Amino acid sequence: MSGIGTGYDLSVSTFSPDGRVFQTEYAQKAVDSSGTVVGLRCKDGVVLGAEKLIISKMLVENSNRRTFPVDRHAGVAVAGLAADGRAVVDRAQSEAQQYKGFYGHRIPGHVLAERLASYVHVFNLYWYVRPMGVTSLLGVYDEEGPALYAVDPAGTVHRYYGTAVGKGRQAARNEIEKLRPGELTVREGVRAVAQILHRVHDEEKPFEAELAWVCEESGRTFQRVPQELVDEAERLAKEALEAEDMDD
Amino acid sequence: MVDPSALAAGGGTRKHTQYPYVTGTSVLGITYKDGILLASDTLGAYGSTKRYKSFQRLTKVNNCTVLGAGGELSDYQYIVRLLEELADDDFCMDDGHHMKPAEVFSYLTRVIYNRRNKMDPLWNSLVVGGWYAGKPFLGSIGMIGTHFTDNTVATGFGNHLARPILREKHRPDMSEEEARALLRECLTVCYYRDKNSINRFQIARVSAEGVDLGEPFALPTNWDHALFRDPAAHAVGTW
Repeated sequence: MSGIGTGYDLSVSTFSPDGRVFQTEYAQKAVDSSGTVVGLRCKDGVVLGAEKLIISKMLVENSNRRTFPVDRHAGVAVAGLAADGRAVVDRAQSEAQQYKGFYGHRIPGHVLAERLASYVHVFNLYWYVRPMGVTSLLGVYDEEGPALYAVDPAGTVHRYYGTAVGKGRQAARNEIEKLRPGELTVREGVRAVAQILHRVHDEEKPFEAELAWVCEESGRTFQRVPQELVDEAERLAKEALEAEDMDD
Repeated sequence: MVDPSALAAGGGTRKHTQYPYVTGTSVLGITYKDGILLASDTLGAYGSTKRYKSFQRLTKVNNCTVLGAGGELSDYQYIVRLLEELADDDFCMDDGHHMKPAEVFSYLTRVIYNRRNKMDPLWNSLVVGGWYAGKPFLGSIGMIGTHFTDNTVATGFGNHLARPILREKHRPDMSEEEARALLRECLTVCYYRDKNSINRFQIARVSAEGVDLGEPFALPTNWDHALFRDPAAHAVGTW
């Protein structure tokens, strides 16, 4: 997959002879080995879902949050190092608050995404810091409509109809490509996300699915998907998987 | 450390807010059995001119609190912005916490009082109304920071015109209909007797179901009194 960057991988301010920044690539590995996070931009909103692996039976349910509101109309789901994720979310909340204080208007999605990308990028420039080991999926509903962005550890930002990051991203992205997210309603999107998370999840270990959305139904406010919808979506997902197993 | 904004060119005292410009008049507030009602008209007056006739002087702060204001309306808009920022912070914290009416009341009292101490007051009379934990909350804050809570409050002219009526007819266990009728009676008197008022009102309700900022409405009035028809009849030397 990647070469050993002997000597060129000690500092993020060093390029390798073949033009790679190894520290950034290593940061990307932190994201790639974390729980899967999926985002879908549906016709009436954005749905974000995170696969939260339960590391201990003593963990209080719903306590380890992976989705965070950034402002009323936007929220972030993070994959990778949770503490780095918090730093990114804090910055996003600051940017949104400062923008609103200055312009009197809620921060547009593309402005927030680019500001977040610039911030994450800064940590790839200087030797005395390390890159953020997170990819943030940003769901926004502003005047242009719903939008989904992903900011990776390098500070690159892209806008997506649907994407996935983390351990199960390959399988998840295959599933997403079979869908047409722009034609789904968020309710259908919730079911699709739940199904994808259950499908790509390694059956041995227990996990919690955390879903959040910003859509017409939520009044264009970022919130956790109501528990009944999540429970129903998970139930349908498990049934679908069992049905497939029985067919095999 | 001297506050630079207190230094004026020429070493004289710096003048801060001396008088209000665009003002709102009375705000009324009463409790009833299942909640509270706040009422005001929708006028932003510029001295004697009835300049802004659909100015909303009641604001929803969150699902359990409403704020009503009289006095300088730009200061009221600033206060609303402060509260919105606080509410947005609470929202982003995402821990289920939201400001209770008593907390909003405390916070605003301190803001108002501190500005007064800087001799640069926010020129407002505020009413904070809310419903929390099955109990109503109704508080009044003056521009110098005087504050209290009660079952009925009124600001400005409402103090003189509405409170006598409320003292006589208000009961904390009124139904919503009775409470609305009582407020309409008070609003009518305020409209008749307060020069700086218009016949366009709003009533906000806070109850267990949350906040309902009602649609503006007008009240029936009667100007058909004998003396109004011929005002000069009994005047000696009118001008």
